[in-house]
Amino acid sequence: MITDIAEKIGAGERLTYDDGLRLFYHPNVTELGMLADHVRRQKHPEPVITYNIGRNINYTNICWVRCKFCAFYRPPGDQEGYTLPEEEIFRKVEDLIDVGGNEPESCEILMQGGLNPKLKIEYYEHLFSEITRRYPATYLHSLSVAEIVYLAHISKLSVEEALIRLRDAGLKSLPGAGAEVLADEVRDAIASRKESTQEWLDVHRLAHRIGMKSTATMMFGSVETIEHRLQHLLRVRELQDESLDVSDGYFTAFISWSFQPEGTELPDMRKATGYDYLRTTAVARLMLDNIENIQASYVTQGPKIAQIALRYGINDFGSTMMEENVISAGGVSFVMPTDEIERLIEDAGFSAQRRNTRYETVLSH
Amino acid sequence: MTTFSETVLINADILMGVTLFDTLIAKAGLTDIYEKVIHEERLSSDDGLRLYQHPDLSAIGYIANLQRERLHGDKVYFVRNQHLNYTNICNKGCLFCSFYALPKDPEAYVLSPEQIQERMRAYADIPISEIHMVGGVNPKLPYEYYIDIVKAIKEVRPDVSLKAFTMIELEQIRRIGKKPMDETLRDLKKAGIDALPGGGAEVFSERVHEELFHAKSDSDKWLETARTAHQVGLPSNATMLYGHVEQTEEKVYHLTRLRELQDETNGFMAFIPLSWHPEQTAIDHLPGPTGQMDLREIAVARLMLDNIPHIKSFWIMNTPAVTQVGLWYGADDMDGSVLEYEITRDPDTDRMQALTQTQMLDMIAEAGRQPVERDALYRVLDVPKPVLPPYMQVDTERSITS
Repeated sequence: MITDIAEKIGAGERLTYDDGLRLFYHPNVTELGMLADHVRRQKHPEPVITYNIGRNINYTNICWVRCKFCAFYRPPGDQEGYTLPEEEIFRKVEDLIDVGGNEPESCEILMQGGLNPKLKIEYYEHLFSEITRRYPATYLHSLSVAEIVYLAHISKLSVEEALIRLRDAGLKSLPGAGAEVLADEVRDAIASRKESTQEWLDVHRLAHRIGMKSTATMMFGSVETIEHRLQHLLRVRELQDESLDVSDGYFTAFISWSFQPEGTELPDMRKATGYDYLRTTAVARLMLDNIENIQASYVTQGPKIAQIALRYGINDFGSTMMEENVISAGGVSFVMPTDEIERLIEDAGFSAQRRNTRYETVLSH
Repeated sequence: MTTFSETVLINADILMGVTLFDTLIAKAGLTDIYEKVIHEERLSSDDGLRLYQHPDLSAIGYIANLQRERLHGDKVYFVRNQHLNYTNICNKGCLFCSFYALPKDPEAYVLSPEQIQERMRAYADIPISEIHMVGGVNPKLPYEYYIDIVKAIKEVRPDVSLKAFTMIELEQIRRIGKKPMDETLRDLKKAGIDALPGGGAEVFSERVHEELFHAKSDSDKWLETARTAHQVGLPSNATMLYGHVEQTEEKVYHLTRLRELQDETNGFMAFIPLSWHPEQTAIDHLPGPTGQMDLREIAVARLMLDNIPHIKSFWIMNTPAVTQVGLWYGADDMDGSVLEYEITRDPDTDRMQALTQTQMLDMIAEAGRQPVERDALYRVLDVPKPVLPPYMQVDTERSITS
C-alpha cells in the first residue's frame, strides 16, 4: 500500500529516498499513473502537451571513448569515421527551418558527436557563431558533458572558460545527454572512460552558474539497480535545489529513456520494458518536485508507450528530431512527423502546443 | 503547486479515511461508476460511453483493476500454443485484412492434413497444450476436409486442447455440408475440437459491416452461431476488432450484445479486444489505434463484461509492451508463445513472431503478477514461481521499508 505516500503527494510534501524505493516496488502502475498525473496537473493545469521542432546533427562519429552501450561511434582512423563539412551542417539547419519556420530562436538544434581529438574550441566557436549569425530562427541546445570536458581539455582551458566561450559564441543551453545513471558503480561498468558522476553534475552546475539552462536525463535499463536510479533522481533534485537558489540557470526538463542493446557490446542484455519505462517516468515526476517539465522518449519507446506516458506525469512529447543516428545505431528508433505527434496528443485528450527550448509557446506550426 | 484550499480539502479527506485515489476519482467525476463497481452493480450503456470518452485513463485503469483483482487476484494466464492457418484463400475481401489471398494469387495455399501434421511435428519437443486454428473462407474445401484436419491434429497430439474455426468459417462449413449448425458443430466436436476462438465478430454494427466486411455474415448470425455452439457444449471466446472506422456507440453496443448472450448461455470464456493493424490492408491510409486506445479497450471490456471470466490482451496485436501494462488495466490473460502467427506481421521486421516462455514469465513477474499456465479451456497446468528481473532483485541484507 502506498496510501501514506499518496497523502504526502496530496499535501505537496517532498518525497524521501525510501518513498521513492517503495514507489518503484509498487506494481500497480495505474496508481503511480494517477499520482504522477495529479502532480502534472498541479504544475501544468491546462490540458496541454507541448512539443518542440528540432533536429539532431551528429557532426562527427569519431570517438576514442568506446562506451559499451554505444553503437554509433567509430574509433579515430576507422574508415567509417566522419566529420561533417560546415556546408552540410548548414544545409541540415536550413532543412530544419523549412519545417520549423522563421520565428526567432524557435528551432532547436541538438549537436551531438563523439570525442574527436581533432576538434578544439575554435571549431565550435566558429561553427556556433556562424549558425547563430546566419540563422536567427535557431536555438543551439547542444553538446554533452563528455564533449565539453574533452574539448576544454584538448584546448587547454578550464571547463568554465570553455563554457563561457561556447556561450558567447551562441550555445544557449545544454542537453542532459551522457548522464546515463549518475552512480559511479554503474558508470564504471558501462562507460568507464566517460566523466564521473561528480564531473557530470559539476559541468551542469557551472553552466547554471553562468546563466545557461540545461536538461537532465537518465538512461536506465543497463546494469543498474532500482537503488541506482533513485540515487540518480536525488542527485539531480539536489543540484536543482542549489541552482534555483544561487544561479540564473537550472534544469528545464527531465527525460528518461531506456538502454537499447542491439549493436552495442552488450547485445544480449535484457531490454527494459514499456512497463518499466512508465513506472520510472511516474516515479521521476513524483520525486523531481523542483523540475517543471518531464519529456517523453518516443524515440526509444515507440508511439504507443510514449502516448500512454502522457498519463504518467509527462507534459511534453519532446522533439520532432527529423533524424536520429545514435539510438538507431543500437537498433530501434522511432522518428515522428509533427502531425502524428499532434494526433497522439489529441487522442489522449490534450491539445498540442508547439514550444521553444525555453518552453515558451511558439505560434507557428 | 497545490493551492492552499486544495491542500485543506485533501487533508480533510484523509482525516475521513478517504485516499487520494478516491479524491482523484471524485475530481474526475467517476465516483458513481467506481461505486457501482465496488458494489458489483452492472454498468449501463451510458456508463460504457463515459468510460470510453473520459480522458483520465489511469483512473479508468484503476477502477478496471478492482474488477480484475476481484475475479482473478494477481493471476496472469498464459498458454504454450501453436497457431495453424490451414488456408489463406478467402472470398470475403474484408478491407481491414492483410492476410487473405485470392485462389489465383501466387501466395495462395491450402494445407493438407499431412502438411498440418508436419507443422505440428516441427515442435514435437515443446509441451504445447493448445492449438489455435483458423483460416480463410475457401469455398473449394469440402465438408470432410474440416473433419479430417481436426482428426489429423488430434492424431499427433491427442491431449492438446484444440480451439478452431471462427463463427464465419463455421457458417461456410455448415453451408458446404448442407447440415444445420448444431449438427455441424456436433460433428466437429466429435472429430476433436474443444472450443471456438471467437474471431470474425469485428464490430457489431450494420454500418461498419456494410463499409468493411459486407460479404461476411452479420452480427446476428455471429451471435446465433455462438449461441448454438454454447448449447452443444462448445465454449468460445469473443472478439472485437477496433481502431478502424467504428464509433464509440458501436463498441458499447458490441459489448452489451455479448453480455446479453453470456447471460443466456454462459459459454464465453474470454473476450479479446483486437487492435487493428493498418499495414498492407486496403484501408492503410487510416492511422490505426493508439496505445491509450489499446489500454482503454481492455479496461472498458473488463468493466462492462461483468459476466465473461477472462479479458485477454493478445500481445501480437497489442504489442508485448502494451500487453504487460494491460495486466493492470483489466487483462488477466496474455495468450501465449504463439508459434507461427501469420495473420498480421510485425511491421518493423516482417518476420513471424513468437515469445519464449522465459520472456513471458519475465514480463509477468516484473509487473508483480503470478503466472498461471493454462490450456484452451483455462484448466490450470502449472503455477511457476515468479522471478523478478535482475535490476529489481533486492540484496536481502538491505530491507525495503514497505
